[in-house]
Amino acid sequence: MSPLWLLAVIFIVALTGAILGRSRAIGAVDGEVSTLHSRPGYYGSYVFIWTAIPAALFMAALLIAQPFFNRSVVHDHLFGAYESGCQRSLSFGKSNAAILKAGDENAPQICRDWIEFRDLETRQDLVQGVVRNVADGLALLNKDELTKLRAGLVAIRPMMAQKGIALAEDVSAPIVSAAYRLNDARSRANFLLYGGLGILLLAGFLGSYLRIRPALRARNLVEANIRIALIIASSIAVLTTVGIVLSMLFEALNFFDHVPLVDFFFGTVWDPRFQSVGRQVSSEGGQFGLLPLLWGTMFISLVALLVAVPIGLFAAIYMAEYATRPIRAVAKPMLEILAGIPTIVYGFFALVTVGPFLRDAGASIGLSISANSVLTAGFVMGIMLIPFISSLSDDIISAVPQSLRDGSLGLGATKSETIKQVILPAALPGIVASILLAASRAIGETMIVVMAAGIAANLTANPFEAVTTVTVKIVSQLTGDLEFNSPQTLVAFALGITLFFITLGLNVFALHIVRKYREQYD
Amino acid sequence: MQDMTPINTAEASERRAIKISAKEVTVHYGAKQALFGVDLDIEENQVTSLIGPSGCGKSTFLRCLNRMNDTIDICSVGGQIRLGDINIYDPKVDVVELRARVGMVFQKPNPFPKSIFENIAYGPRIHGLCRDKSDMEEVVVSSLQKAGLFDEVKDRLDEPGTGLSGGQQQRLCIARAIAVSPEVILMDEPCSALDPIATAKVEELIDELRENYTIVIVTHSMQQAARVSQRTAFFHLGNIVEEGPTEQIFTMPKDQRTQDYITGRFG
Repeated sequence: MSPLWLLAVIFIVALTGAILGRSRAIGAVDGEVSTLHSRPGYYGSYVFIWTAIPAALFMAALLIAQPFFNRSVVHDHLFGAYESGCQRSLSFGKSNAAILKAGDENAPQICRDWIEFRDLETRQDLVQGVVRNVADGLALLNKDELTKLRAGLVAIRPMMAQKGIALAEDVSAPIVSAAYRLNDARSRANFLLYGGLGILLLAGFLGSYLRIRPALRARNLVEANIRIALIIASSIAVLTTVGIVLSMLFEALNFFDHVPLVDFFFGTVWDPRFQSVGRQVSSEGGQFGLLPLLWGTMFISLVALLVAVPIGLFAAIYMAEYATRPIRAVAKPMLEILAGIPTIVYGFFALVTVGPFLRDAGASIGLSISANSVLTAGFVMGIMLIPFISSLSDDIISAVPQSLRDGSLGLGATKSETIKQVILPAALPGIVASILLAASRAIGETMIVVMAAGIAANLTANPFEAVTTVTVKIVSQLTGDLEFNSPQTLVAFALGITLFFITLGLNVFALHIVRKYREQYD
Repeated sequence: MQDMTPINTAEASERRAIKISAKEVTVHYGAKQALFGVDLDIEENQVTSLIGPSGCGKSTFLRCLNRMNDTIDICSVGGQIRLGDINIYDPKVDVVELRARVGMVFQKPNPFPKSIFENIAYGPRIHGLCRDKSDMEEVVVSSLQKAGLFDEVKDRLDEPGTGLSGGQQQRLCIARAIAVSPEVILMDEPCSALDPIATAKVEELIDELRENYTIVIVTHSMQQAARVSQRTAFFHLGNIVEEGPTEQIFTMPKDQRTQDYITGRFG
């Protein structure tokens, strides 16, 4: 039975238990529900929790542990089988088998298999896969076919093919015997699973069902479990983040085995030099200087914020303070539509409209602006960021208490004086936070930059030239057919984790600002 | 609208100069009418209290006096309100200037998110009342002194105004209103968010301010109206039921509804 079915069975059993528990609770007080400590439903939930949760946890634990256990069973068996097989075929002592080296062409096949298996982790993974396949196939055979196979009357490969399991090569005896072992281990595990589940379901149900008494504080017991469920839900989010960071970190550390930290963080030249076919894989490949990319990222983000902050902020002020209700009802959603446009669409807006326009406009006043430039990317990205700033700031400005407006207006201040001197200072922490959030979006933005700023890693202060950003380079380093252990691809992880820490820092800073000043104003 | 019961001539002759004179003031919030033709004269250098049950229109009337109702889109005001010799609803009147002459203190203390000093300096600064820094310091100090707050905050003028206690904040707001030297100060339930000790301090302050300012105060506390005001107007359902010297309103009300309200039979 598949885990999903098992879960369904657990659920049904627990649900039945819950219904029984509920009626037992009602029966215990002869229907006088008000004399129960908790509402009847809580007794049902109580039985449900005690029936389902231990069983489900047991199942989860077993399913997680089983592959590791099976793997080691197969490994141990194969190791022994290969070794003894090799010795038998060599018919000289164990010590001689042990000193065979990989690539010894004169050794018998079984010995070469053994040595490969002993020395190469990749080979072990491969063999494990084959064993699993064969085991799956064996499980499909009936008794008759099994006896034939045992007796050597039929070859294993065609028989497997008949059952829909394709094997790449003929399998050796150790693999077949390992597959039998694997099937034994699997059936033992299944026995343990079903037995354990049955016992746990029964014990959980009886244990909770029999404890139901009018005085049992089922409500409190259920409440405690809800807390645990909520904790689990939130820790999943946290653990995922941790997992992502760790996976990036390890790959990045691999990269730093190839390239020194200093060369990466302080290098001013980005030239990863892709290995082409025929060129020797070597460690001399490329320079991985982060600075041009980081500079490009910062430069474009800066231009984007110079566009987005004034426009977004003014739009927010208009929405919050000046717009009449009907205008606001139309204009606000329209502004927020901007946030719904995919960035790739912004990208070709930049590519086909803004870029050529800026180039031509520049040419007419004697400026040479390349079609792919910091200006183009920054401008379009700024448009993209407007709704982030305006929408958040609008909410924050609207949240400034009316009493502050009244106080200022009551002193004879005009509307714009009130906004400038009272409302904006009061809303400032929130506005700064919205700007920082927009900045971290700008830094992480990829598609617009790919299309509007180009992929040339220049270190230039001229906004009319093409630059590129960290994200663009991550994409280009990981596109195409690549070897995954060369610095050319691993650098993407180093870039990724650098970017992650930059945006993380910005977000933490934004939160810090919001928290620091929030209490002061309301 | 019934005519006001005329106040007897002996009292009338004692009356001081009229600072604000409201005639037939009506207010609509959209389709809903809140004031039905209110007439009220407010005397100079006196405290006038507006009392009445919730929703009777007293705060609405108060906010008419410096056109704070302008900030509410759906609100429309009719009738005439004269401050000195100008009609404040005349289109030619500059609202900004009007509000500098008629200051306001609100129900909840609403100090700006600025330092104590900057809270007071705000009004004079936007109106350009001070020539230089020392001038400004003088105005701030004297406003705080008039509001009876200076001794409590003189060592921490740079700290945020929001850090003060509720009562101190309200006196800060009064000082802020004083700083632009208005002629009239409107107070909308200034003590409703304060504890009794802070209330006593603010009431004492109101009594002192009477010397230099005309004060109109909306209050839910009958005792407060009796303690601080010289004249009282009783609002009910968007009309003034009775108006006159505070003592008379509280001891010999002419209207049964006033009698019922001040003795706590309704409201």
